[in-house]
Amino acid sequence: MAPKESIVQNKIPPAAGGIPTRKDALQTGSSALSKKSGKPSGRKLSRKALLAINVASVAAGVAGWAAVSAAGLVGLPGPVEVLVRGGELLADGTLAEDTGASLARVLSGFLLGSLLAIPIGFLMGWYQVGRAIIEPWVQFFRTIPPLALLPLVMVTMGIGETPKIFVIFLAAFLSCVISTYQGVVSVDKTLINAARVLGANSLVIFRRVVVPASSPFILVGMRIGLGAGWATVVAAELLAAPNGLGMRMQQAQQFYDMPTILVNVLVIGVLGLLMDRLLLMIEAHLTRWQERR
Amino acid sequence: MTTPTQKAMIRFEDLRQEFTLSGNTFTALDGVNLDIADGEFVTVVGPSGCGKSTMLNAAAGLLDPTSGRVMVDDREVDGPSTRTGVIFQQYALFPWLTVRKNVEFGLELKKIPAKERREIVDHYLELVGLTRFAEALPKELSGGMKQRCAIARAYAVNPEILLMDEPFGALDALTRVHMQEQLLQTWTKERRTVMFVTHDVDESVFLASRVIVMAARPGRIFKEIKIDLPYPRTEEIRLSDEFAHLRTQVWEAVYHQPGVAEAHQ
Ligand SMILES: Nc1ncnc2c1ncn2[C@@H]1O[C@H](COP(=O)(O)OP(=O)(O)O)[C@@H](O)[C@H]1O
Ligand SMILES: [Mg+2]
Repeated sequence: MAPKESIVQNKIPPAAGGIPTRKDALQTGSSALSKKSGKPSGRKLSRKALLAINVASVAAGVAGWAAVSAAGLVGLPGPVEVLVRGGELLADGTLAEDTGASLARVLSGFLLGSLLAIPIGFLMGWYQVGRAIIEPWVQFFRTIPPLALLPLVMVTMGIGETPKIFVIFLAAFLSCVISTYQGVVSVDKTLINAARVLGANSLVIFRRVVVPASSPFILVGMRIGLGAGWATVVAAELLAAPNGLGMRMQQAQQFYDMPTILVNVLVIGVLGLLMDRLLLMIEAHLTRWQERR
Repeated sequence: MTTPTQKAMIRFEDLRQEFTLSGNTFTALDGVNLDIADGEFVTVVGPSGCGKSTMLNAAAGLLDPTSGRVMVDDREVDGPSTRTGVIFQQYALFPWLTVRKNVEFGLELKKIPAKERREIVDHYLELVGLTRFAEALPKELSGGMKQRCAIARAYAVNPEILLMDEPFGALDALTRVHMQEQLLQTWTKERRTVMFVTHDVDESVFLASRVIVMAARPGRIFKEIKIDLPYPRTEEIRLSDEFAHLRTQVWEAVYHQPGVAEAHQ
């Protein structure tokens, strides 16, 4: 599947200077029928060709890794060694336990954060007073990396699951609340007027215009929130946890167990990618009504 | 010629509309008085920024007049009403709803039972020629089709009044002529009071029984020109000498307003 651009990326204005004009020249020069032109390279590659390049790139990366480890440059274990260790960790159940623990933390924090962020974001966008009350807090906490609150949270909440879930919750909440708020304030006023002249009251406008119109923003916020939550959980586990992918790496580090560290790094990357893709697919499905340029 | 009844369906009474933008007060409309009769088709034409949309929004109940008022059927307008349908310049279709769901929107709010809703929607989709596109999303429609969907949506709730704000402004010349003819056909079949805003002189003459020419700074009515051409308006009428003559009259009123030079001082 070709990666779809998120609306956040779409909103980025074209680079200033000479680039847009060059693009324009390319666009008018090529077929006027192809709306999708305007890409830096004039000719469009087929999906298959792009996928083949993706696969080749990954294969080259793995080969490079194997070469570096074979040369014994940085004491890096090779792909095979890491694969074997991965098999061992899988067989003795450690990997499943760690993955489950990390996922459970990130998902509960993410769900709580998003669920709270959506109503709060709506409140901020819909009521000026709500915005005035909430905005300073959001802006303040946004500047603090959630992880930096972990020491404070651990002192107040103890060392159990709660502090970790809380910082993930905060990471997910902050990114989702801002984008929900932006979604609400950027709802097209004409759509609201169109609903009003068709007999909609405030509640109907909210439910049937504001919510769907801001859903693309919310979904992007959720996706960023999940990414932030995943990054946060691993880091939080490095600091203190009885299990989890981050904790396992921290433990392996003490024994110079490079293969285990790499297994966990790979699992973190692959899971992060899978979760992002999953949300991206949900997002593309829910917002397929959007005009995409 | 049409014979509108004597009753005024829409009446602007000394309407004045000011906007405050960053501390500066701007008079968008001043001293607007106008009667639009029941069943009449009136076009409002004038230079950009002369307050055409403001006038239409005031009639739609989307604005709070600074002074004066708009009456609809002898009742002061104080908010939007389903008696008044509005067609916005930018289509304003709900992009997440299909064509059918867009047209159905107002009917659902009126709590009309599902079966009846379906029949009404089918009727209006047929009327605007979108039956085949009932399940399409707005993004899949051309500009002309979007506008037709907006018209069907406004018609479906059966308003007595239609307010149209440059509805064909974004269309190419050919589609535009086609849409004008369709609109008049629909209007003849289901007669409503229409206030149609445009900046296109030809369009204003072709559609209306009366053209209201506006002037800017402050926005006000400059001239009314009666269009004594019969309905249905055919291509022959469009190409006739009488049409050409009326068009010249409206053109001069729009582009050679004696007040323009003074107002710019
Ligand atoms: N909501 C608003 N706030 C401030 N100024 C407005 C608003 N609506 C319209 N105006 C101003 O009033 C004038 C008339 O606008 P409008 O009615 O849209 O003109 P037209 O439709 O004839 O082009 C313009 O100068 C416009 O900038
Ligand atoms: Mg306008």
